[in-house]
Amino acid sequence: MTDLLMIRGVSKRFPGVQALTGVDFDLRPGEVHALMGENGAGKSTLMKILAGLQPADDGEILHRGEAIALRSPLEARERGILLIHQELSLSPELSAAENIYLGAWPTNGIGLLRKSELNRRAGEALKALGCDVGPRTRVGSLSIARKQMVEIARIHAFKANVVILDEPTASLTDAERDQLFATIRDLKARGVGIIYISHKMDEIFTITDRITVLRDGIVQGTLTTSETDADRVTQMMIGRKLDAFFSRAEERFGEEVLRVEGLGRRGDYHDVSFSVRQGEVLGLYGLIGAGRSEVVESLFGIRGPDRGKLWWQGRETAFPSPRQAIDMGLCLTPENRKEQGLVLGLGGRDNIVLPSLKAFSRLGIMRRSREQAVYLTYRDLLQIKTTGPATALRTLSGGNQQKFVLAKWLCRKPKLLILDEPTRGIDVGSKAAIHALIAKLAEEGLAVIVISSEMPEVLGVSHRILTMADGRLTGEFSGAAMTEENLIRAVAHHAA
Amino acid sequence: MNGTTVRRLAADHYVWMLLALVCVFFALLSPHFLTAFNIGNVLTQSAFIGLLAIGMTLVILNGEIDLSVGATLALSAALAIGLQNSGWPTSAAIAAGLLAGTALGFINGAVVVASGMHSFVVTLGALIGIRGLVFVYTKGNALLVEDFTYADLLEVHVGPVSLTAIIFLGMLAFFQWLLSASRHGREAYAVGDNPEAARDAGVKVGRHKIINFTISGFLAALCGILLSIRLGTAEPQAGRIWELWTIIAVVLGGTRLQGGVGSLWKTLGGVLVLAVLQNGLRLLNTPNHVELIVMGVILMIALGIDRLMTLLRARERTA
Repeated sequence: MTDLLMIRGVSKRFPGVQALTGVDFDLRPGEVHALMGENGAGKSTLMKILAGLQPADDGEILHRGEAIALRSPLEARERGILLIHQELSLSPELSAAENIYLGAWPTNGIGLLRKSELNRRAGEALKALGCDVGPRTRVGSLSIARKQMVEIARIHAFKANVVILDEPTASLTDAERDQLFATIRDLKARGVGIIYISHKMDEIFTITDRITVLRDGIVQGTLTTSETDADRVTQMMIGRKLDAFFSRAEERFGEEVLRVEGLGRRGDYHDVSFSVRQGEVLGLYGLIGAGRSEVVESLFGIRGPDRGKLWWQGRETAFPSPRQAIDMGLCLTPENRKEQGLVLGLGGRDNIVLPSLKAFSRLGIMRRSREQAVYLTYRDLLQIKTTGPATALRTLSGGNQQKFVLAKWLCRKPKLLILDEPTRGIDVGSKAAIHALIAKLAEEGLAVIVISSEMPEVLGVSHRILTMADGRLTGEFSGAAMTEENLIRAVAHHAA
Repeated sequence: MNGTTVRRLAADHYVWMLLALVCVFFALLSPHFLTAFNIGNVLTQSAFIGLLAIGMTLVILNGEIDLSVGATLALSAALAIGLQNSGWPTSAAIAAGLLAGTALGFINGAVVVASGMHSFVVTLGALIGIRGLVFVYTKGNALLVEDFTYADLLEVHVGPVSLTAIIFLGMLAFFQWLLSASRHGREAYAVGDNPEAARDAGVKVGRHKIINFTISGFLAALCGILLSIRLGTAEPQAGRIWELWTIIAVVLGGTRLQGGVGSLWKTLGGVLVLAVLQNGLRLLNTPNHVELIVMGVILMIALGIDRLMTLLRARERTA
C-alpha cells in the first residue's frame, strides 16, 4: 500500500445536482495522474474537496494511509496538499516572496516580519524552479506565465507532496508550457504526486502516467496512459446517448443575414469567418476560454475586432456599437444573465421594455398600457411562471429569468439572435422550453447563433456547428457529421 | 528620463506635487504664509485630521471604512473633561477617554466581522449612536474644564513645532513602520488586495480587520483628548463630519478605496494639502462658507486629475 492519496467513495451533492457519486481515485508518489471529463463532469468539485475548499458529503480520503478530513485550505497545505488555481490566487500589490509564503510569513517574537529570511527562502524556492523572478518583485508587474511560476514556487516553499494543477497551460505559450513540463518532471523525480486537470489531449499524452475519466460525477475508469489512446478517452468522456429530446427547426433557410470574414482580435481570436442565414440555427461549440464569447461580443460591439469585415443583410457594414447593433436587429443574450442581461431588482415588465424605452414612451413619459400588453404577450408565448409584472426577477428561477432575457430582445423583432449559453444553470423543463422556442423562432425566419459548452444542446438545436479552440475555428459540421466524436476531436486534437 | 517615466513619477508622487502647488500659490498671495509660526500652525492643525487619517488608512487598506471616528473623538473628549470635573485624576480621565475610543473601535471591528455587514453600514450606525451617547453624557452642553492647567499640558514646543504635531508625526512614523515591517502590517495589504487568496492562504482576515478598527478607535480617542486639551472644552458637536475630511485626505494620498494600495507617507501628504488649503484660505480672509465651496471645488478637481493620471498609467501598462 504505497499510494500517496486514496479517495474512496466520495460523494457531493449540491441543491438540485449530484456533483459526485462514489468517486474512487488513487495517486502514487511521483505520478502525474490526469483527471478528465467534460464541463460539469465533477472535476472541479473533486479538486475543491481535496484542497479543503469544500467538504465531501460522504466517503473517505486517505493521505499517506491516514484518513483525513480537510476543513480549510490551510489544513490541506499543512498536509502538503496544494491546489494551483487556473485563476491565479495572488495579491498583485505584494512581492513575489510575500505571495509565495502568504499566511506563513516568518516573524520574530513580537510579530515583526523577517524580510531577509522571507526573501532568502522565497529566492531559493524560485531558484529551485529555474525561475528568474526576484523575490522582491511586485507580482502585479509580472507576466501571466511568471505569476504562475510564483504560484508554483509554493510547491517548493511548502514542500508539497500532492499538487493539483488546474488547467495550468491555459494562458501559456508553447515555450512556457515546455518549461512547466520540465518543472513537472522535476517534481515527479522528487516523488511529488500531481493531479493534472486539462482538456488538451496532446498534453495529457505527453506528461501523464495515468488517466481517470469522470462523467456526470461518476468515475468511468482509470487507464494507463501508455496503453490507451485519445479515442478511447474521448469515448469514455462522452459515453452516453443523447437522452434529452431536442427540437430542431425545419430547414427553411432564407437569405444571408450576417457574414464575417477574417475576424481577429489580438490575444482573443484569429481569422474567424462564417455566415448565418434566415431560419438557420448555427451552433458554436468550444470549451470555456476558446474565444466564442469574445467573437460574438465583437459582433455586438462590446469590444470591437482589430481586423475583419462584416456584411449585414448582404451589405458590407462597419462594426456596430451595441446601440447600433440593437437598432440593426442584432441582439445578444450574454453568458452571465445576472450580471449583464437583467436588472434583477426590477420586475419582468420593466426588464422587457428596458432596451426599448423609446418605443414605449411618448415625450419621455412611459406608456404603461403598451408595456403591459407586451409583457402579457411574451409571458404567454414563453410560458413564464411569475406572480406579476412587477415581481422582482431575483425571486424567479434561472429558467424564468432566462425567458425574460429572451422576451426583452424578442419584443424588438430582431433579425439575428445570438444566445450565449442560453440554458446554463437552469432546470431541465425550462431548457426544453427554450430549445423549443429557438426552433419556433428559426421557423419564423429568425437567424440564431447558439453558443454552448453543452454538447447535447448544441447538437440538438443546431443545423450547422462551428467548433472553436484557442481562438480559432477548428471545424464545421452539418448533417450526419454532427456527432459528439467529431466535436470533441475538433476542439481537443487541434494542437496535437 | 522620457515622458513615460515623468508621468509615472508624477502619478506616484501626485499628492506631493499638489502640496507644492498649493504652498507656492499661497506663498505668492500671502506674506504670512511662509513663516515659521504659520508652518508650525499648519502642522498643529493638521494633527487632528491626521491622527484620524492614520487609523482610516489602515482600515481602508483592509477594504473597509470607519465613519464613526468623528463621533468617537467627541465622546473621548467629553469623558476626559467630564470625568476630571467630577473628581477623577486627570491621568485617569484621559485613560478612560482613550479606553472608551479603543473599545468602540474594537466593537466596530467585531460587529463588521461577525455580522458580515459592510463596515459602511456598521460604522454609520456607530456614528449616530456614539454621537447620541455624547449628547446624553454632556446633556447637550459644552463641557468646560475646571482645572485650567489641563489646557497647558500640550504647551510644549520644539522650535515652531507643537507637541500635538510631534505626537501626530510620531504616531505616523510608528504606524508606517508597523505597516512595512510587521507581519500584521504587510498582511493588511494582502487582506485588501485579494481577500479570497488571503483567506485561502490561512491569513486570519477577521482578526486583522478587528485590530485595525481598534487602532482607528484608539487614534480617534487620542485625537479627541488632544483636542480637549487644546480647546479646554468638549463640545458635543466636536468632530462633526471630520470622518469625511479624513476620508478625503486618505484618498488624496492615493490610498485605494477598495483596499490593498496605500501608504501613510502619502496620507500625510493628503492631510497636509487639506490643512494648507484651509490655512491659506483663512490667511486670505475668505469668508467661512465660501471657504467650504472653494475647498470642495479644489478637491474635486484634484481627485479628478488623480483619476485621469491613474487611467493614463493603466493604458500605458496594457499598451
